[in-house]
Amino acid sequence: MHIAIIGNGIAGATAARHIRKLSNFSITLISAETDYFFSRTALMYVYMGHMKFDQTQPYENDFWKKNNIALKKGYVTQISHQNKTLHFAEGETMQYDKLILATGSVSNKFGWPGQNLKGVMGMYSKQDLDMLEACTPNTKSAVVVGGGLIGIELAEMLHSRNIGVTMLVREKSFWDLVLPAGESNMINRHIASHNINLKLEEELKEIIADDEGRVKAVITSKGDTIPCEVVGLTVGVSPNIAFLKNGDVATDRGILVNRYLETNISDIYAIGDCAQQHEAIGKRRAVEAVWYTGRMMGETVAQTICGVRTAYKPGHWFNSAKFLDIEYQTYGWVSAQPTENENHFHWKHPKHNLCITLAYEKQSRKFLGINTLGIRMKHAFFDDALTKGLLVDDVIANLGASNFDPEFFKTYEREIQTLFLNTKMPVS
Amino acid sequence: MSQNTGDIHTSMQLVHSSNQQHIKQKIAVAVGLTGLFILVLALLNADLPNRGFWLFAALGFIMAGTVLYANFLYLHKPAGVQMNGIWHKSLTGRGILGWAAGICITSLYVFLYWFPQYLGYNAGGNNTGLVALFDPLSIVLNGKPATQWFLYGTLYTVAILSFGYKFILKYRHSKYQVIRTCSVMFFQLGFAFLIPEIISKLNPDQPYFTRDIKNMWPLNHYFFEDWNLKGMLGGGNIGMFMLLFGLAMIFLISPVLTYFYGKRWYCSWVCGCGGLAETAGDGFRHLSDKSKAAWKFERISIHTVLVFVFVATVAVIYSFLGNDPALSIISRNLFIYGIVIFISVLVGALYFFKRKNLDKDAVYTMVSLGISMVLIILMNFFFGASNIFFTEGGTLMQWYGFAIGAVFSGVIGVGFYPIMGSRVWCRFGCPMAAILGLQQRLFSRFRITTNGGQCISCGNCSNACEMGIDVRAYAQKGENIVRSSCVGCGICSAVCPRGVLKLENGSETGRINGNTALLGNDVDLLEMIKKQH
Repeated sequence: MHIAIIGNGIAGATAARHIRKLSNFSITLISAETDYFFSRTALMYVYMGHMKFDQTQPYENDFWKKNNIALKKGYVTQISHQNKTLHFAEGETMQYDKLILATGSVSNKFGWPGQNLKGVMGMYSKQDLDMLEACTPNTKSAVVVGGGLIGIELAEMLHSRNIGVTMLVREKSFWDLVLPAGESNMINRHIASHNINLKLEEELKEIIADDEGRVKAVITSKGDTIPCEVVGLTVGVSPNIAFLKNGDVATDRGILVNRYLETNISDIYAIGDCAQQHEAIGKRRAVEAVWYTGRMMGETVAQTICGVRTAYKPGHWFNSAKFLDIEYQTYGWVSAQPTENENHFHWKHPKHNLCITLAYEKQSRKFLGINTLGIRMKHAFFDDALTKGLLVDDVIANLGASNFDPEFFKTYEREIQTLFLNTKMPVS
Repeated sequence: MSQNTGDIHTSMQLVHSSNQQHIKQKIAVAVGLTGLFILVLALLNADLPNRGFWLFAALGFIMAGTVLYANFLYLHKPAGVQMNGIWHKSLTGRGILGWAAGICITSLYVFLYWFPQYLGYNAGGNNTGLVALFDPLSIVLNGKPATQWFLYGTLYTVAILSFGYKFILKYRHSKYQVIRTCSVMFFQLGFAFLIPEIISKLNPDQPYFTRDIKNMWPLNHYFFEDWNLKGMLGGGNIGMFMLLFGLAMIFLISPVLTYFYGKRWYCSWVCGCGGLAETAGDGFRHLSDKSKAAWKFERISIHTVLVFVFVATVAVIYSFLGNDPALSIISRNLFIYGIVIFISVLVGALYFFKRKNLDKDAVYTMVSLGISMVLIILMNFFFGASNIFFTEGGTLMQWYGFAIGAVFSGVIGVGFYPIMGSRVWCRFGCPMAAILGLQQRLFSRFRITTNGGQCISCGNCSNACEMGIDVRAYAQKGENIVRSSCVGCGICSAVCPRGVLKLENGSETGRINGNTALLGNDVDLLEMIKKQH
């Protein structure tokens, strides 16, 4: 049995490792991006000089050979599922018995004039990093388009090299489609404190070139011209499925899969960023471009391939990020705007960049989720609270047990509990 | 177009303010270098009048330069992780400046240990050169002219204090780091530097013996050497105190503290070697080798040193017992068999209680202790006091002092900071670290816990680990990190962008956990994956 896996990111690499743990199948991990699995989330730290690229690789290079996982560098252009053959851009072919598609994402481009000029790039792949490195030795100023997680990371990267950064963000406030107002405002102020020019409610209209076809400036939706040598397009990512366009594997935005991560073609599976659930799971998105969901889909598909057909059933939603110096964690669901039956309780430190928002059901007072900025909290605590369906009052009362900050850090449970008890929340 | 100029203005402002910071930083570096230059002048035997003034100026400039540099480097930025460019910079990225600094520090150690006369030390008469510059301070503190070791101790303390200040600013967002660094600075200034000097001054007629009570055996390998033992025995109340406290440190205080807090109580809160590594060496922490091969080498090398120091110490005491019947409380046979029984009971008990989760590190330490025991028995059977392993009793310790005490801990340990990272000695050579590490792994409440499924395998933790532990390998599996070598500096936790790592003392149950499934999946799959492994 030969398992071919296209894509050596977290989803593909995890699938390969778990199939190896469970079977003696021969496994080939295919990538056109890099020789070895690396942590995409760490690319920013390479540019900022915190780490070297080889340190982003979680396993030593001989790990794959030791575990008998073959690595193949190549770009698959076509899948002939009738005779189970992969065709590579280099002209080679490869037979498979089962195929896992874990091709990840590509950066979105929305057809802006000038979006393919020299100096315009996304920030997703190793190639993007190399291009950014090649483009920025003498850059004085840059424009980052988009106010999401990658946008703020790219802004931080450029800023670390003393490049003046302007961020163009469509929304009224940073990431306010996800973050409630209190958190979003705190991030706005924090971005400004780093001398990054955050322009809200302003979008990209056009990128202008100089005589050599390099970026010279951008024109914004408000008609402003911002001179810059580099433009980062970080307006989200989409599944990387261009190579499937003329094939039989059913796609929509991503590769369509059922709960077992099976595509419409037998023996072809899709996992990670490139997979799209026919029906979204709970409040999760149908396409989830998140590190840990890639990992979990890899673990799940390995079970199925090794004989225990297993549905992908992610547990309670959680995530984390870092906005410059402010760490963000979330467990369960906190809506950006409280929905009809949802109340929010917000606590904010008067001086420091620390705040939390708890969401709970108005009538039943059931705990729905929590966002924290600047305070580390325990995943296990909230996972348990959500599984047990605890009331918000119980969560607040036991908040001390949720803290995961380092020793000697000041804790704020008292203040939070006091404010909670003194706040008369409307009960409808 | 109205805001156009505003944008240019902002980015110009940024560039302008960063230029300003660069100029300020350069001035600070110049101030520090001026201090160093005075030291160089003294080294070249420039005849400086009023040495006290110039010494004060030199040390003052060095400290002021470092403090100013730290202020200009960190205070205009919001508190947070400050790792930008560490791999790009020549000094901290193994560039030319790094190699140059390595060679300079290495040379300083070579002169200190073997050619102090070139630094101006003159045992018989008046000091000259650099050592003479330190005479005034030495006379104030201990009443005698300086030695090369006084010079070294002073510079060492100055380095820990100035770079400690820089470290505190750099990690000011982490209270753990601030408190820990204050502790390191306090122990260096008080216990390693001032108190021993002042004790000497108050007791001018006492022979030299160790007076730094935090510097315990086997890190302090000469604790049981006959001159030190005699010094302490003949050193009145202070000598007796040092002897008894030294023994209490080894057999009582250290095991108890290590049980409750892990070896960090010593290695990253108290120890002088650790103190320098954590402060002056902080900028080089990422240079430690994280490979599995390095880990293998570490196990072999640190345990070899452990056997060496143990056998050498026993040999020294053995000769002492033979040569000084008057000071010998017990006979040689009694001593040897006491040691043999002690080790047997220790290893036996370790094995009995921990046989189910013995890892390689623990096995290595136990085997080392076993080898030491065999060597000691051989010594007692086949050699006399004057001929131990075909040499004199004290010679073994002299070799140890040369190979390990001088070459390893000094020349390589500190001299190679810019090449191999700041904890080369602590990781590969310190026998104290080996013993504390064994206890930390097997009998301690300390561990680094991980936070469910939040790890993104970015590798910042492994990069920042000065002991070369691949922290990520554990974090991405949701496993606690319970490693012999971990000194508990806490930087992995400080640099983690997702709040995954936490240093904790807690119940021993479930401390060493082999999770292969991370929180986040639904419960069925979690259970299934756990069962399959």
